[in-house]
Amino acid sequence: MTVTNLDNSKARTQQPALMRTEQLSLSYGKKIAFEDVSIAINQSKITALVGPSGCGKSSFLSCLNRLTDLIDNCRVTGRIFLEKWDVMNRNIDTIALRRRVGHIFQKPNPFPLDLWKNIAFPLKEHGVKNRQEIDSIVERVLKDVGLWDEVKDRLKDSALALSGGQQQRLCIARALALEPEVLLMDEPCSALDPISSGVVEDLIASLRQKYALLVVTHNLAQAKRIADYVGVFWVRDNRGKLIEFGEAKQVFESPQHDLTAAYISGHRG
Amino acid sequence: MTWLEDKISSPSKLNKSSQFDWDWVLVWVLRIMAAITGAIVLLIVIFLILESLPFLLVKGIGPFFTDPTWNPTEGLYNFTPMLWGTLLATMGSVVVATPLGIISALFCQYYAPVAMGNLYRRLIELLAGIPSVVYGFWGLVVLVPLINRLHPPGASLLAGIIILTIMILPTIALVADASFGKVPQEYLLGATSLGLSKWGTICNVVFPAAKSGLFTGVILTVGRAIGETMAVLMVCGNVVETPSSIFDPIRTLTANIALEMAYALGNHRSALFVSGLALMAIIVLLAVAAEVITVTSSPVTKNS
Amino acid sequence: MKQEIIKSPISTILVWLVAVLVTGTFAWILGDIIFHGVGGISWEFLTTAPEDAGRSGGIGPILVSTGLILAVAMGVSVPLGVGTAILLAEFTSATNWFGRFVRRSLDILAGVPSIVFGLFGNAFFAKTLGLGFSILSGGLTLACMVLPILIRSAEEGLRGVPDELRLGAAALGLSRTTTLFHLLLPAAIPGLLVGLVLGIGRAIAETAALVFTSGYVARMPQSLLDSGRSLSIHIFDLSMNISGGDTNAYGSALVLVILLLMINATAAWLAHQSSSKYNDSYQFR
Ligand SMILES: Nc1ncnc2c1ncn2[C@@H]1O[C@H](COP(=O)(O)OP(=O)(O)OP(=O)(O)O)[C@@H](O)[C@H]1O
Ligand SMILES: [Mg+2]
Repeated sequence: MTVTNLDNSKARTQQPALMRTEQLSLSYGKKIAFEDVSIAINQSKITALVGPSGCGKSSFLSCLNRLTDLIDNCRVTGRIFLEKWDVMNRNIDTIALRRRVGHIFQKPNPFPLDLWKNIAFPLKEHGVKNRQEIDSIVERVLKDVGLWDEVKDRLKDSALALSGGQQQRLCIARALALEPEVLLMDEPCSALDPISSGVVEDLIASLRQKYALLVVTHNLAQAKRIADYVGVFWVRDNRGKLIEFGEAKQVFESPQHDLTAAYISGHRG
Repeated sequence: MTWLEDKISSPSKLNKSSQFDWDWVLVWVLRIMAAITGAIVLLIVIFLILESLPFLLVKGIGPFFTDPTWNPTEGLYNFTPMLWGTLLATMGSVVVATPLGIISALFCQYYAPVAMGNLYRRLIELLAGIPSVVYGFWGLVVLVPLINRLHPPGASLLAGIIILTIMILPTIALVADASFGKVPQEYLLGATSLGLSKWGTICNVVFPAAKSGLFTGVILTVGRAIGETMAVLMVCGNVVETPSSIFDPIRTLTANIALEMAYALGNHRSALFVSGLALMAIIVLLAVAAEVITVTSSPVTKNS
Repeated sequence: MKQEIIKSPISTILVWLVAVLVTGTFAWILGDIIFHGVGGISWEFLTTAPEDAGRSGGIGPILVSTGLILAVAMGVSVPLGVGTAILLAEFTSATNWFGRFVRRSLDILAGVPSIVFGLFGNAFFAKTLGLGFSILSGGLTLACMVLPILIRSAEEGLRGVPDELRLGAAALGLSRTTTLFHLLLPAAIPGLLVGLVLGIGRAIAETAALVFTSGYVARMPQSLLDSGRSLSIHIFDLSMNISGGDTNAYGSALVLVILLLMINATAAWLAHQSSSKYNDSYQFR
């Protein structure tokens, strides 16, 4: 059984992909986390990555905005492009890169500051100094994530006092404030209760128009509901591989790979 | 989690040439600070050597062992009495303090009720912080007169051993307590379920598991005892003589430095620095020994 | 209770005996100092100058000198120590040669006897740098001495800050400088303070390193280049060199012990604060 070649990604994209990877591999010391992953992420689409635990999905996301720079003993090979920009180049401006590629983590990680500062502080660091401008951005992004009405009277309270779902939406708002083009979301709902999870899922769906989203999820039903494209990761020989990538409809209805079929029908994974 | 040097890109250099690169400045400022910190030990060694050289170059180390006695005004520099003083006081106190300290730690961990154990630990921590001059003062006004009644003169090797024991006991108790704390709970449960008594568990399970920590603790304590100055100076009598009984006064290497540095000149001063250099060498050796014990007893698992 | 003791094995009795012995000895020491010292302490004692070589009068100038020596020591060692701790905790991997060198030197520095620090301070600060017997020489010598304690606590404080914060900040494109000053250092402050307090405790207790760096002069210091007698040296001098100085030595010893008790309590309280700070919001990995 051979892993299907994934050159179909080129055929299916009418517009040039906003972000794409070519033969991307990552290893922690001697352990290879994933290997040879080539995908494309498009503007105004949701791309979902699914797969069993430990197959390298989170690691894959952190390559895309070079968060891997912070991790000891990890080595990335292959190529990543954001439009024509070579992300893997050692000398690129990682700060600008991370501004263009936002990242939401599995566990909400607001700063131990007040709500307002959580959004305003990164903005200030990126050169938005005008207080009125900041206030209007804070209000806009909090409205975008549906948090404004819940928190508008307590913007000076610590962000750590919010509920998990609220914290996660705050983190999304914080990322949106920097006006990224790509949003990477690593299981954004998995630490949340079903209700908050539903709220965040609706939020993700509503972000589709403006951003290119890459969402890791363990929840196949969720992937089915929101994704335009789906990539399936799998562990073989103790390393992660992308075994299937394509339009959501096609992956779910006529998977090309036996493992995918077993996974989505609930037999494996 | 660290920002590794080879991965640090310097964004502003390429794209925002107008903006100053603070990250770069920060890393270099921090490196300079760390370099200064790291250089202190080297500086200490260098200055000890520089100040020792006048003596060592002219006379070598022979006089420290072959001169008839220590009498710098007459040009006599025999260290042997002080070496004996330091050795006997250190050995005596370590031999007494080690079991007491380890038993104190056992008390905290396994014998005392939790609240009392914590209180006792707090007490020991507090005692570790009491200045040596206070212990020395107490020794001088309370302990020395007591010993004097037993066997004059009072200021003696015995007084030194007692004071040093009191001073190093907290160190060894705290290190032992920490290494007992690291013994996995399952070991203890396992031993108890095999029907071992408490003392049996401690001898057969706890001590072997905590062995390297205890050794390191003892080594630390030896260093502390050798280096202790003021308290010993205050209770030991400071007579330059190799003691023949535990009631004889002694002078340690450290006390010798403290007593004579104030007026030492020329060769005399240089000789005192030689003894300082010797102390430093012993400390480095002890540090190496502690390192070797830690490394050999706990196999370092590198994260794969 | 009595029955239990009779039934318990010899070892248990032994352990309890040792605990009682240790506690008793320390109660004796502290009790003796408090008993004899408490009568001597008064506002006047704390503020007036010593007279008759310290037999009478107070310890005013000595407290000032002690404070100045501490200020110099902490003023120099805190920035240096925090900077080094940041480099070690945030910017150096475990295998980096420079980091290993600095760590190794600090391990050794922590074990160097205080009298050797005294020799070094005398040779380097007093003689080579020409600072003479002065508060500055003494303070700088103590600064070298407390660095290992400061750095260890500061490093622990920084390592206690969860990685989520670093990743979150990096993902928002914040620079390392910004992350450090706005997020990591504020979160590590309790740890840094513990180090500061422990360092002050170590410095205030020190005698041997000061004898021939800051000197013996008991006058009120006029500048940092004046010699100044620290509290610990005052106790030493009164008890060893001045007959009839014991009353004031007891008073000074009690002052020193009280200062240390306060310092210890502060450190314990801060350590408690820092350990409970993040447990509510983030789990440690
Ligand atoms: N910092 C690290 N150092 C070493 N190995 C790591 C590190 N982070 C992850 N790994 C390993 O890399 C592999 C992939 O991890 P990753 O977190 O990317 O998987 P994942 O697909 O996101 O899993 P999950 O669905 O559970 O989040 C795992 O085997 C993991 O143990
Ligand atoms: Mg993951």
